[in-house]
Amino acid sequence: MKIEIDEEKCCGAGQCVMAAPEVFDQREEDGLVLVLDAAPPQSQYEAVRQAAKLCPTAVIRVAEDD
Amino acid sequence: MSDDRVVIVGASVSGLTVAETAREEGHTGEIVLVGDETRIPYDRPPLSKQLLSGEWEAERLTLRDQAALDGLGLDLRLGTRARSADAEARTVTLDDGSVLDYGTLVIATGVVPNRLPDGHGLRGVHVLHDIEDALRLREALRSAQRLVVVGAGFLGAEVAAVARKLGLTVTLVDPLPQPLVGALGETVGAMLADVHREHGVDVRCGVAVRALVGDGGAVCGVALDDGTQVPADTVLVAVGSRPAVQWLEGSGVPLGRRGADGCDGVLCDGRGMALPGVYAVGDVAAWWDARAGRRHRVEHRLTAAEQARIVGRGLVRPTAQVEPPVPFFWSDQYDLKLQVFGLPAPSHDFHLLSGSLAERRFVAAYAADGVVQAVVGCNMARQLRSWRPAVASATPVGEVLRTAVSA
Repeated sequence: MKIEIDEEKCCGAGQCVMAAPEVFDQREEDGLVLVLDAAPPQSQYEAVRQAAKLCPTAVIRVAEDD
Repeated sequence: MSDDRVVIVGASVSGLTVAETAREEGHTGEIVLVGDETRIPYDRPPLSKQLLSGEWEAERLTLRDQAALDGLGLDLRLGTRARSADAEARTVTLDDGSVLDYGTLVIATGVVPNRLPDGHGLRGVHVLHDIEDALRLREALRSAQRLVVVGAGFLGAEVAAVARKLGLTVTLVDPLPQPLVGALGETVGAMLADVHREHGVDVRCGVAVRALVGDGGAVCGVALDDGTQVPADTVLVAVGSRPAVQWLEGSGVPLGRRGADGCDGVLCDGRGMALPGVYAVGDVAAWWDARAGRRHRVEHRLTAAEQARIVGRGLVRPTAQVEPPVPFFWSDQYDLKLQVFGLPAPSHDFHLLSGSLAERRFVAAYAADGVVQAVVGCNMARQLRSWRPAVASATPVGEVLRTAVSA
């Protein structure tokens, strides 16, 4: 799995951090998304999918492994 | 009869999300998604922000691309309006005359903008509700010189900020004493009035509009109750909105009246059910909120999606209990990013938790009866999130203040 983000669209809601705290964080200064692990381990896949779904501005794109 | 047909009326974020969630959860039956706009579903918060400023083009607001929409296997009826419904017969009548039987009806028709009693026929007078409105206003702002924004809520304040960035002369008018006072209270409202003034907006709060003044069919000014007249070539009327429920009059679906029921919109339980087999989501829906002990409508993007996921899941796997969603919304004005968890009210007590208003960087708690109802952050998104649980679990404000001091 690979995570791509469209940072410009981020509104800083922090939904992704709540869904997958090991993969996402927010920048201190403006609250925008920080990807801690762009190629997360399998144990995080479900949480990451959830984060992508919950993002109010559809910032997170998840490319699944083939 | 189509007992398992789901008819969703309204194809913005909440309607689309119900359909998408139902599919994800394994609903294989027929889903009809009816939307009165002709564009494929798009996101609304950027309308008064990036779209209006010209930073983004319309395509960027699309919620799902055509391939993803096709993949949902919906009977998508865009450019179609529901004319009426009959909850007893379980039918919806569309404006093309066709009648749809439903097993489940989901009402997601959102809101319609309020207008002033007169003056909307004048050239140069705008409302901002859908993407076509936003594109029209954007086009107008390119050649406009003097904009008057009537209504200093989120929409009006955001448009004022964008118009200043574009170099227009901007006047912001509202009968209430501060911008956004209804949403964020006096303290933050006063700060925002300062922010807008610093950016060159003529903030006229505490004065009502008497009339839009026209000359040769075009707007030329706005007459105020204090006897002054503000010249304008463009006017945005942003005076709130009301639930789009006219098509449901006489349908048997319970509709609220502000006075009698405390709120308007489609009256629902805590899972969005208005009647057996009838649900409502998003801006139009007044869900029972167990945390607040009352029904209310929430006109915010994230709540619309959260409600839609609850209903979409419920169509496949009925659940007994759901946690009431904690509302979240945000507003961008100049270099300020305001974010809110919960629903602040002007009557709430204001408690600063971190930062300072003077620096325009703070987190504050809003409390009623000693209990946290909302937290508001300004340019402190990361810290704000850490206070969300205080809203979700209705924490006593004293406890929150002790934590803030020791943090």
